[in-house]
Amino acid sequence: MKKITLFKVATQSIIKNKLRTMLTMLGIVIGVGAVIIMVAIGNGAQSQIEKQIGNLGTNMIVITAGSTAQGGVSQGAGTFNRLTIADADKIKLNSTLLNAVSPVIVTRTQIIGGLGNWRTGVNGVSTDYLTIRNWGVSSGELFSDDDVRSKKKVVVLGNTVATNLFPDGNAVGAQVQLGRSPFTVVGVLSPKGQTATGNDQDDVVLVPYTTAQDRLSGFSFLAQILGSTSSTAVIPAAIEEVKLLMRDAHNLNGGNVPDDFTVRDQTAIAAAATSTTSVMTGLLAAIASISLIVGGIGIMNIMLVSVTERTREIGIRMAIGARGSDVLTQFLIESIVMSVLGGVIGLLVGLGGAAILGKFTGWATATPWSAVFIAVGFSAAVGVFFGYYPARKAASMNPIQALRYE
Amino acid sequence: MPAATARPAAGGPVISLDKVVKRYTMGTNEVLAMRGVDLIVEPGEMVAIMGASGSGKSTMMNIIGCLDTPTSGSYVLDGVPVNGLSRNQLADLRNQKLGFVFQGFNLLPRTTALDNVELPMLYDRAGRWTDTRATAAAALTRVGLGARMDHEPSELSGGQQQRVAIARAIVTQPTVLLADEPTGNLDSHTTVDVMSLFQELNEQGITIILVTHEPDVAQYAKRIVEMRDGRIIRDVPVADRHNAKADLASMVSDDALAVVA
Repeated sequence: MKKITLFKVATQSIIKNKLRTMLTMLGIVIGVGAVIIMVAIGNGAQSQIEKQIGNLGTNMIVITAGSTAQGGVSQGAGTFNRLTIADADKIKLNSTLLNAVSPVIVTRTQIIGGLGNWRTGVNGVSTDYLTIRNWGVSSGELFSDDDVRSKKKVVVLGNTVATNLFPDGNAVGAQVQLGRSPFTVVGVLSPKGQTATGNDQDDVVLVPYTTAQDRLSGFSFLAQILGSTSSTAVIPAAIEEVKLLMRDAHNLNGGNVPDDFTVRDQTAIAAAATSTTSVMTGLLAAIASISLIVGGIGIMNIMLVSVTERTREIGIRMAIGARGSDVLTQFLIESIVMSVLGGVIGLLVGLGGAAILGKFTGWATATPWSAVFIAVGFSAAVGVFFGYYPARKAASMNPIQALRYE
Repeated sequence: MPAATARPAAGGPVISLDKVVKRYTMGTNEVLAMRGVDLIVEPGEMVAIMGASGSGKSTMMNIIGCLDTPTSGSYVLDGVPVNGLSRNQLADLRNQKLGFVFQGFNLLPRTTALDNVELPMLYDRAGRWTDTRATAAAALTRVGLGARMDHEPSELSGGQQQRVAIARAIVTQPTVLLADEPTGNLDSHTTVDVMSLFQELNEQGITIILVTHEPDVAQYAKRIVEMRDGRIIRDVPVADRHNAKADLASMVSDDALAVVA
């Protein structure tokens, strides 16, 4: 029998047994639908987790000055202070992968104003700093690029400093004294809490790096340069790029001279993020395969019953000249058509379900195209895999016994 | 309609059984269903095979119908030796040379008469059929069901269902039409009606072998072969052959209320 005729015969039998067909497909419909909804929710959750982990600063890279050795005794990182504003400018100007770059000048000073005085760390930074650290202000605002250029004496207080000096919350606009210079408070940072090692990240004030050089630190070398990328994925490439730019800036390109600087990223956090994501993906894949296998077993079940129920039909077909392969192909086509049809219906149910769920629960849902193709492709494979055994059983029947079957 | 299957050049017998033995093993018991059967059927014959249940007539039908193969002895169908053919070759042989009519009609349920009759042509691998729909329709017209082609078996009477089955059996222009208790499920009136169709087809040249245990039905054949215990015990021509059409006419005049199927 020609394939097209077999296809027609198989689909006719599917249409003739509407109830049986629908019950058979139900398993696949639910399986695929559940997978699609699951993946949609999982995907939404995954991107939210990635975003939250991103807030921890996984996209940040840190450039510090390299170490020097004096008579064979290493002086440790940062002792060779050759990190300059020019380096930071060069990186910011030439980097294609970093979306924010800020020099960081670190010093400590006494700050006087409001209710008293407080000794705290001063960071001289550019306007990119808050972007890199994923940080914001709770009141007021950060100083502007103009402020940086004109070395304006403006300061943004960390939350700890602000609560100690201005417990009433009226810090913005107030005058404070840093070292020997008067500064205007333009903003207060939102609280960021402690680092993993217990340092209070809020016990800090930010000033333009130009002002810091001029008024507070008295030297032009930088403690570090911070940069950030738009995604975790490009960090390794960004590090390589920064290294090239830095070697160029420090004239190290000729010859076999070691780097006089160090570039680091937040590898540990990034690795945690990656493993969280992959655990999530694995979990979803497991759920996906279980529900599809259950659906497949449903198909096999019904096909086996159907083969028994249609024993006589198989006998008739064989008596009038159907070969075993004709019967095998017919039943296989039936199960594939049913499972693919079930897969497509399940897909629509899943997409609709995900949309409704997203609307009523407010969960982020996103269905990737890959999930759509995999679900439908998988259901076809399920049809072949679980349809083969019953079809084989039908094809190997003895026509005499099949014809006598009551 | 396309030309019938080519006949063997010699024009020899359509069926030739030579010392056919069929042995089954049922559990530990061995059953000898056929104990050396010789049978020759010439083209154009109409043979009734009779016998009690267990006489081996069904086994012989299965072997003649290429649904089963002999344990020993040889079977030649229309010049083709059947011994040693594979499952697929037997299927093709059934499709090309045989037509089956069963006691229980064995039509596909929820399938129109036309689709049922078309089915054997769809399984043809020799590419003999071009317009299967028209051929099927012609066969249905030939058995008098031209007006009921779109009816499903559940919408047809027993006699009509058997006519559809006969149309399905003759649509491929088989060498032999095999009918296994074709009237077993029919009332006496419809029985005669179906037998008149068989006689008509036989007159048109189709060789017919029918299995029956009713002597009345056997009287419509040209030759009776009787079996017992796996052997042929009687093989005689029908002396007083009945004409089903005439019988039918007298039945209708006897009972004016009889419903013609």
